[in-house]
Amino acid sequence: MDAIILQLLNGLDKGSAYALIALGLTLIFGTLGVVNFAHGAIFMIGAFCAVTLSKLFNLSHKSSEPSGTDFLGNPKYEDILYVKDWFGESFGSWMIDWSVPLAVLFAIPIMVGLGFIMERGLIKHFYKRPHADQILVTFGLAIVLQEIIKYFYGANPIPTTAPEAFRGSFDFGVLLGFDPNAIIYPYWRLVYFGFSALIIGAVFAFLQFTTFGMVVRAGMADRETVGLLGININRRFTIMFGIAAAVAGLAGVMYAPINSPNYHMGMDFLVLSFVVVVVGGMGSLPGAVLAGFLLGILESFASMNEVKNVLPGIDQIIIYLVAIIILLTRPRGLMGRRGVMEE
Amino acid sequence: MLGLTAKDTTLLIIVAVLTLFAPFILNPFPTDSAMAQFNAGYPDLMQRFVIFGIFAIGFNILFGLTGYLSFGHAAFLGVGSYSAVWMMKLLTMNVIPAIVLSVIVAGLFSVVIGYISLRRSGIYFSILTLAFAQMSYNLAYSVLTPVTNGETGLQIALDDPRILDGANAPQYPNLFGTEMNDAVTMALGPWAFTFSVGYYVCAIIMMLAFYLSIRIFRSPFGMMLRAVKSNQQRMNYTGLNTRPYTLAAFVISGMYAGLAGGLMASMDPLAGAERMQWTASGEVVLMTILGGAGTLIGPVVGAGFIKYFENIFSKINDSILHQWFSFMPEGIEDLLVFLVHPFIGKGWHLTLGLLFMLVVIFLPGGLVEGGQRLSRMFGRKAKTSDEKTDGKTSPAE
Amino acid sequence: MSKYDVTRRGVLRTGAIAGAGFALPTYLRAQESGYLNAPTGSTVTLGFNVPQTGPYADEGADELRAFELAVEHLNGEGDGGMLNTFSSKSLSGSGILGKKVDFVTGDTQTKSDAARASAKSMIEKDGAIMISGGSSSGVAVAVQGLCQEAGVIFMAGLTHSNDTTGKDKKANGFRHFFNAYMSAAALAPVLKNLYGDDRRAYHLTADYTWGWTQQESIAAATEAMGWETVNNVLTPLASTDFSSYIAPVLNSGADVLVLNHYGGNMVNSLTNAVQFGLREKQANGKNFEIVVPLYSELMAKGAGKNIAGIVGSQNWDWKLENEMGDKYAGTNAFVKSFGEKYGFPPSQAAQTCYAQTLLYADAAERAGTFNPCGIAEALAGYEFDGLGNGPTTYRAEDHQCFKDVVVVKGAADPEDEFNLVEIVEVTPVEQVTYAPDHPMFAGGELGQCNPGA
Repeated sequence: MDAIILQLLNGLDKGSAYALIALGLTLIFGTLGVVNFAHGAIFMIGAFCAVTLSKLFNLSHKSSEPSGTDFLGNPKYEDILYVKDWFGESFGSWMIDWSVPLAVLFAIPIMVGLGFIMERGLIKHFYKRPHADQILVTFGLAIVLQEIIKYFYGANPIPTTAPEAFRGSFDFGVLLGFDPNAIIYPYWRLVYFGFSALIIGAVFAFLQFTTFGMVVRAGMADRETVGLLGININRRFTIMFGIAAAVAGLAGVMYAPINSPNYHMGMDFLVLSFVVVVVGGMGSLPGAVLAGFLLGILESFASMNEVKNVLPGIDQIIIYLVAIIILLTRPRGLMGRRGVMEE
Repeated sequence: MLGLTAKDTTLLIIVAVLTLFAPFILNPFPTDSAMAQFNAGYPDLMQRFVIFGIFAIGFNILFGLTGYLSFGHAAFLGVGSYSAVWMMKLLTMNVIPAIVLSVIVAGLFSVVIGYISLRRSGIYFSILTLAFAQMSYNLAYSVLTPVTNGETGLQIALDDPRILDGANAPQYPNLFGTEMNDAVTMALGPWAFTFSVGYYVCAIIMMLAFYLSIRIFRSPFGMMLRAVKSNQQRMNYTGLNTRPYTLAAFVISGMYAGLAGGLMASMDPLAGAERMQWTASGEVVLMTILGGAGTLIGPVVGAGFIKYFENIFSKINDSILHQWFSFMPEGIEDLLVFLVHPFIGKGWHLTLGLLFMLVVIFLPGGLVEGGQRLSRMFGRKAKTSDEKTDGKTSPAE
Repeated sequence: MSKYDVTRRGVLRTGAIAGAGFALPTYLRAQESGYLNAPTGSTVTLGFNVPQTGPYADEGADELRAFELAVEHLNGEGDGGMLNTFSSKSLSGSGILGKKVDFVTGDTQTKSDAARASAKSMIEKDGAIMISGGSSSGVAVAVQGLCQEAGVIFMAGLTHSNDTTGKDKKANGFRHFFNAYMSAAALAPVLKNLYGDDRRAYHLTADYTWGWTQQESIAAATEAMGWETVNNVLTPLASTDFSSYIAPVLNSGADVLVLNHYGGNMVNSLTNAVQFGLREKQANGKNFEIVVPLYSELMAKGAGKNIAGIVGSQNWDWKLENEMGDKYAGTNAFVKSFGEKYGFPPSQAAQTCYAQTLLYADAAERAGTFNPCGIAEALAGYEFDGLGNGPTTYRAEDHQCFKDVVVVKGAADPEDEFNLVEIVEVTPVEQVTYAPDHPMFAGGELGQCNPGA
């Protein structure tokens, strides 16, 4: 029983990452109809916003007096952090400790800006081009983005830590009446879960309850008619692209303490996020979120020893297997609309 | 000739000439010159050009004609490689049974996957093929290790049974005793040209494959596939079941992939699971689009283009750059090396990514389309058909 | 379709004729010298095949630095590095056999196919006479197989699987790096000292060949000293998030977690395990411990603070001579020339690649030829010292180097980024030596050396 609760919790947490990435992708891919292979790269750049901010906070100058020798026997000078110079010892350390949450604020303008530039500078010209051309250009863009990151940060993962207060884990089992240590879960992953719920809620509320959102939804359903009504739908789509980039970027920022970011983490998530979006059904935001959670939970259950003992290797293929079963039983995924990307 | 129109015959002849003389064409620089780095006329790369050419030609029969975008075609290539290596382990090092089996197994595999995946269209079809290929890759890397030898890849070993081979049979892949890695090097002044048996075996098979693909493109069957691409619904309304046609196209292109896999294993007896990964499937998609989907020669051009950058640019390093620019004054030399450095060696991905973007932005329709534009620009009379080529623009064939 | 049939037969016939024509002059493949790619001019070309893209790109870059440094030293440039401490004095800084050393580089992409393509282009196009480098066992085994078939020497870079010199060993291939069995044999006594002999271990193992041999070795070694293996869970290579595998560990009755992962897998699984707070927990009345049998400086860097106190093993460490004495001579000479050129100390991957290049050059010098068979003969059973690892033997039976193994621990409070790991102790070579026909290395045979002619 405790094992099942534990994996359910874990599945929700994994699912929240999948859902968040898929949500951003489906805003672009499921609704604007652009096959965006650069989406994983946007997620990766988000994570590197967190890395960059923590690097900025750790910028230092050398002390004037040597404090020992380095590995070659030359004098070594201690590093003095600028943030501590400028903001004082205690506030400086607090900023370094909280660099990941602070990076959320830092990342929003960067990601929205990146989304705008991508849409205006590149994607805009590809709305009417065949999907094949979209794949080629966005794949090229993804490679270029990740190579730029690799050039500056190297290929090795870069450790990025959560604030001190959120390290360690929370014992759920005691709350539910199990033995201590039966169900433990890291604080930061719980924060991630809450954060995704918040972002997903905000995106839905924005589309549901604002006039802007209403127009965008109308535009997704029938772009031409909305255009005929004299509404500049293109401008709104640009803004939606910016929002999608921000959603993916924030998913990346908060993911940084969970796994150390590296330059190809976007590619690792790319295939998965396409599977999630398509299983959810093209053009459906709730579908993408639902599919994200569903696949996250099933993946967690598949990695249980009890399951693996019966079906060795099931955790290797579970996501793809479920995708096949769902697509064969439900032709347009869980909640897909007719006619989107079916030709 | 051979049941082709005059224009297609010309195309076939151009391809045949380019392929047969590739060892000369791809080695334009003397071996001792600084530019020798850009020579691509060594057996392994030439073999790769034609093998990936076959793979892309086959992929194009499905994607270019029917518009169905498979994102799992590498699985067939991988299955073909595994069957070929197993054939060489168990039966004989002669490549004929290996290649035949790889085509058959890949064909059977694609019947199953195609039958299931073709129940859906558009992106749903793509994801189904992707899912099958990723499952094959993940299992081949782990659980199926007894069959695939997992991470290490399936290799031939000294103690393999090889029941058809006698004690004195060649230890390496061969065609009735002629080993695939036999080669003749011809020195012509400062140039050296290598003719390898393996390359010519691949080249001849590619020409056959290319010829067959022309025939398919021009046949009533090919016409039917194009009709599926332009409007499948209308086809269905006329009471015609399109599924058998698309399935046939899928299986044919799967067999092409299997053939490519079998050839790859015949040139170099190793089959690794990475061949089935989604990145490998993505690569053939990129090759086809880059060269020009739906054109006859485009996929081959795209395959050559990508393989060229992968194998040539990744090998350029800083000391080679210093050699190139050594005639410059010291400061300028260092500056040039610094500027070029991010794009070569470990930066070859960056160069490739940028080229993808430039090609698709400035040459919509791919390299072949670009070649046509160039030829139009230079005042030659534009041809009207959409399948034609300009051999001069193709870097590799 | 009948026309097509006719053509096919025609071409087959042509193919056979063409084949017969090319079959004759095989002797041209290997020039008059009797072996492939015999250097004819004033230079000899070595091929350095390392991962330059993909997750191991940084490790590959470090290997490349070491290769460049080795070539410099062989050609008599720089301060000579380990040439000054190497027990063999046949190398004089005038290249190899009087020929200036030249090199080509390539990208393995950490994929067997790409690695072989790159190695082939070095052999076929650039005339490389030796291939070295690499950062994973899959690639090492694949390239070693290729070098055997083609007829050049392969000096393996970083490869840790038992199979490289076990069931996939080849006459033309040589490994300086240690292996999973040695890691386990070196770690077991240290683990017993640190954590006692009554422990219950839970293994997470990367689900591919290297992971399995690593797990098999460490389980055997720890069980021999009294530990119990509670469970061994295989994790997919493609995993990036190990939470679902780590979550049940604490409740399984185990009090030690062994992570048989490497590279990005290891960084993530260790980070996840620390996130779950395993290090602060108690199980069976003991502190919960995590062990990572093999890790590198780069992985320690990627794992950051999480590596503190984690025990593992290494082939070599740059602090070895300073902390463990003159036995490991060569270490400081190498660190000095590497550090002065690049600004940071070398990694274990760099050291193994540097040593391999020197060993190859020395073997050629002693054999008096570049013929792979001559070199293989010179290397087989060769005993040497002064390359940083103490006295070392290249065993003739499987071409594996036998030398001391360094047991390390993540530093709790590193003084700078170069001191992320500290040396716990050095396990002497006798303890990590095994018989050539040990069951974990059984199957496969070395075969005959192949000069490519």
